[in-house]
Amino acid sequence: MAVPADYRYTKEHEWIKVDGNQATIGITDYAQNSLGDIVFVELPKVGDELTAGKTFGSVESVKAVSDLYAPASGKVVAVNDTLETAPEKINSDAHGSWMLRIQLKDSGEVNKLLSADDYDKFVKEEGGH
Amino acid sequence: MSPTAEVKAGLRKTALNAVHRKMGAKMVDFGGWDMPVEYSGLIAEHMAVRTSVGVFDVSHMGDILIRGPQALAAVQHISMNDASKLQQGQAHYSALLYPEGTFVDDVIVHKLGENDYLLVINAGTREKDVNWVRQNVRGFRCHADDLSDYYTQLAIQGPKAIDVLRKLANVDLSPVKNYWFTYGTVCGLPNTMIARTGYTGEDGFEIYIPSDEPTSDRVWYEVLGAGREFGILPCGLGARNTLRLESKMALYGHEISDTINVWEADLGRYCKMEKGNFIGRDALEKAKAEGLKRILVGLEMIERGIGRDCYKVFSESGQQIGEITSGSPAPFLKKNIALAYVPPQYSQIGTVVLVEVRSQKVKGQVVPTPFYKRPKKEK
Repeated sequence: MAVPADYRYTKEHEWIKVDGNQATIGITDYAQNSLGDIVFVELPKVGDELTAGKTFGSVESVKAVSDLYAPASGKVVAVNDTLETAPEKINSDAHGSWMLRIQLKDSGEVNKLLSADDYDKFVKEEGGH
Repeated sequence: MSPTAEVKAGLRKTALNAVHRKMGAKMVDFGGWDMPVEYSGLIAEHMAVRTSVGVFDVSHMGDILIRGPQALAAVQHISMNDASKLQQGQAHYSALLYPEGTFVDDVIVHKLGENDYLLVINAGTREKDVNWVRQNVRGFRCHADDLSDYYTQLAIQGPKAIDVLRKLANVDLSPVKNYWFTYGTVCGLPNTMIARTGYTGEDGFEIYIPSDEPTSDRVWYEVLGAGREFGILPCGLGARNTLRLESKMALYGHEISDTINVWEADLGRYCKMEKGNFIGRDALEKAKAEGLKRILVGLEMIERGIGRDCYKVFSESGQQIGEITSGSPAPFLKKNIALAYVPPQYSQIGTVVLVEVRSQKVKGQVVPTPFYKRPKKEK
């Protein structure tokens, strides 16, 4: 699946979509596919601070637990509560299922992340296909 | 967590390996075997087996044939259940034990004939089991032959399994009771062993066919074809694990191992102390007299969180009391369940415990097991 060209990506398979000084964060389709059926998402609360590269929560499928890594630093301004009761939405639409919206601390951080093309290439190498 | 396109060096493959890959299964290293963990999705596969039918490639399982005039005596010596009670065409759950009363492996013993017993063993313990069996039947007039590589073993599981197999077999399956087996022509293959066994807690059959690729591929696709009208799904080891966990069936290396004894594992009903001597019996007698230090219990999470394999279990007062052996969301029950070893004083139904889910302590409680029991109904 093609990844959205206007998002940026981490090597841990999170995406970030910048919208002015704010940004939404989720996991990629590749990540959801690797995890399998997602049954549980643990996210921070509004007001919590994220630090780029550090874990901010976790996502669990039936068979695996995976930490979530912050693509950028910032304060959480909104959490997608629907994922608490319907985490399977991430399986059906990973790039549309945002988890958090943050107030970016340093918009420059995002530019260090992978572009869509680079992420695509990275996934192909990692997955070996 | 990344799917691999090629078989990693050194991994063993079943005859159906190429078919699994062609069908887009996610493959994992399971005890040294390159096996499908899921096809369409673990939950869908799990539900297919509970509500209709699914098919698993379980050819990685091993098969040991014990044959000879003293085959029964040998089987009695090396396994804990009473094989003298088996009739021809009947099977039962049993285990191979060390002298300490702990597990070499759990097995299904099939009585093929007066002097022929087939032991179906786990994949990850194949070599160990074969060596152990050979060593311990030496004093008996019998052979122990490793037939593992000769068979492709398919498990067709679920309430509609019988309807699927009926379309492919020329033998009446209705009289074959749970844990019995018969022989018939399946997909044109004469004398195919058809056992009403499985590892899902559901009704179903396991068939043993020649392990050459063309035959294995053909039968696999014929089973899928026959099951299409019932919505059959090819299933991976992921669903196999959640299905067996809901039914509280032990998995070697988790609920049973070389450091866990029969009483602790709560498998005493398959251990026939009165049948006479067998390897492990003395230690089990002693262990029984001394009393249990820990016992396997079922847990259900009360608070939000999933207890998983190796997570620590604490008492309400915060003292560590045990560890989870298998834990997972239960797709059919829609609860988060686990099996864990705890001291007997914490094994009462309703006892509240805390499970350490990464940094948090999440409440769970001891519940009756099996977590899932299929509705009683045999066709």
